[in-house]
Amino acid sequence: MTQQKKNPVVALFASVQLALFLLFFLAATSIIGTLIPQNSPQGVYIEKFGLKTANLLHMLDITDMYNSWWFLGLLTIFSMNLLVCSLERIPQVIRTIRRDGLAVKPELLEKFPLREVVTVAMPPEEMGRRVLSLFSKQGWKARDTASDKGRLFFAEKGPWSRFGVYVVHCSILIILAGALVGSPTIAQKILRNPLFAFKGSVMITENGSSDQIISLKDGKPLDLGFLVRCDTFNIEYYPNGMPKTYRSEVTVIDDGKPVMSTAIEVNRPLTYKGITFYQSSYQPYQDYVVTVKNQATGAETKEVIAPARQMDWREAGVSYGIVNRESQGEVTRRIKVWFTDNQGEPSIFWVNINQEALVERPSGTYRFQARQIYATGLQVAKDPGVWLVYSGCLLMLVGLFIAFFLSHRKIYALVQPHDMGSRILFAGEANKNKVGFTDKFSQFISKLEK
Amino acid sequence: MDSSQLFGITMIAYLLAAAFYLGLFIFKTPRLGWIGMLLAVGGMGIQTAAIGLRWYESYQMGVGHAPLTNMYESLVFFAWCTTLFYLFMEFRFKTRVMGAFVMPCVAIAMAYASFSDRIDAQINPLIPALQSNWLIAHVVTCFIGYGAFAVAGALGLMYLMKLSAENKPANVHALSASLPELKVIDDLTHKTIVFGFMWLSAGIITGAIWANEAWGTYWSWDPKETWSIITWFMYASTLHARFTRGWRGRRIAWLAIIGFIAVFFTYFGVNFLLSGLHSYGSN
Repeated sequence: MTQQKKNPVVALFASVQLALFLLFFLAATSIIGTLIPQNSPQGVYIEKFGLKTANLLHMLDITDMYNSWWFLGLLTIFSMNLLVCSLERIPQVIRTIRRDGLAVKPELLEKFPLREVVTVAMPPEEMGRRVLSLFSKQGWKARDTASDKGRLFFAEKGPWSRFGVYVVHCSILIILAGALVGSPTIAQKILRNPLFAFKGSVMITENGSSDQIISLKDGKPLDLGFLVRCDTFNIEYYPNGMPKTYRSEVTVIDDGKPVMSTAIEVNRPLTYKGITFYQSSYQPYQDYVVTVKNQATGAETKEVIAPARQMDWREAGVSYGIVNRESQGEVTRRIKVWFTDNQGEPSIFWVNINQEALVERPSGTYRFQARQIYATGLQVAKDPGVWLVYSGCLLMLVGLFIAFFLSHRKIYALVQPHDMGSRILFAGEANKNKVGFTDKFSQFISKLEK
Repeated sequence: MDSSQLFGITMIAYLLAAAFYLGLFIFKTPRLGWIGMLLAVGGMGIQTAAIGLRWYESYQMGVGHAPLTNMYESLVFFAWCTTLFYLFMEFRFKTRVMGAFVMPCVAIAMAYASFSDRIDAQINPLIPALQSNWLIAHVVTCFIGYGAFAVAGALGLMYLMKLSAENKPANVHALSASLPELKVIDDLTHKTIVFGFMWLSAGIITGAIWANEAWGTYWSWDPKETWSIITWFMYASTLHARFTRGWRGRRIAWLAIIGFIAVFFTYFGVNFLLSGLHSYGSN
């Protein structure tokens, strides 16, 4: 190995000291953003911390610190550190792996911390055969070489496990690369194509549709290139009143033709042309779709009405209206209905939203049902980097497993003539879990047939 | 018999186990440790049954879901994981006195879950955000990691006690005589941190994938996410300090304790002190 003079910058980026410093510094600075609220309006900071501190926070980008120049700068230095230190060490690892175990000097074996000497009254040739069979029976593929010092056997397992830690380093770089590919800022400012990667949201009223979403970053509209229609939005409740499901039935209309109709729920997004729609919020309107049906004739009417307005169904001679409501926030749970067919006293009754009420009138029995009108709020995201991130995550788990639980183990056996018999020097080496390997090593030798 | 009664018995078993393990540590009578171990194993068995029963009860109520969805259930699961991991270590490495450091933590977690006013032990239906197959994968991976880190923190404490006793007169020394060799504690601490780190990584990854399924962002720097990555950074530095700078013993023991404080804050502090997307864990 030639000793080159290292560039001091390269040396810095290759150093573990820098890695330790960065890990500590990233951890310490990350705490700030969990204590100081992120991305709130400036007024909130002024109220909380005073004008001077608020201005300082703003100047240092602490109000959006995870996207700030200095935090991203730290991450960049961290990536360079990972890259340079890995690139510098990998050639050494390759050299270590390629080093031929048979080339080891027999004198050196005598100095191994892990060694054991066995002497037997058996000629070295016969003992050599037994040692070879010991290796193969214990699942080690041994090679051997002869010299004037005796016959040396060598076998190793898991040399490639030395790469484990670099697999982990590489996986982190892949994850960060995936984050760059999926970054809306890069899509906008560098690729000049905001549609390459974005995050946004859209509110669609029931029966309404939209081909635009609002970008989360700057509030500007983005064209989807197709239309999303919200057919219905529904909330289901558990008996105790907790929400059970938020569901939007939507239809995607591309080129004027409906191409898919499906339901979006929390944890069940819809993906179309690489763009994914997530159920994220809703907005109840104070308007209701009312359906009235004459049970005998089957005649039906469907109207949108606001509270405290009279609606007339002229063909049937029926009039109705909502006179009172019981709501939870903006969500109506039941309504009080005024209903008449202009014969006798009007009927007044409470009915739950989405449930049918039977109204007995002189002119017949009517089925009355009302549902509230909603707009559904969808998060919309396109992230072409997500598969890179997922692959990086998988690679990280594999790398961690290799780095922590597998090791490079070597066993040497030197068979020499000794006092009419043989002397066998066993030596072993493992780069990790040395305690565990010491036991394996003793077990290995105990299986030798003498 | 319902699951809450079984959890009550579990809590008593763990409290007694902690007391007997402490007895072993102080009086060095092997029989006390043996009783402590039996109590821990028994408590663990009853707790396993109780978790299964609570799961079943939730289906009886028509809101069936794995019992891993609020602070009460997560504390119970934390106690379960830590005991399981500890018992594995005890059998594998024959270090019974470690129980004097681990089982009190477990007993406190169970007692806190049962008695704190802030914690609701009711079985509640799942809100839409939690209705996902990732729930089990995410919670289980995280909590195996938390359990391992709790044991690592206890080992770090054990190391420091042993170390300080070795520099003091013989009568103090006697108390820690029952503790394993410093070298052994150091090795166990390292192995435990490595194991926990694997699972913490898996927990963060499953969480990220789930977040992407539910909200369309795998990482949004919400306080829980940020604190989990802070914890990850801390253990990553600990491992690098050991592997490449050769840190051993006292320094690693301190890092194991500081690491567990970070875990504790990620788990508790974030829910109670900071607000964010993970707020359903706070009651």
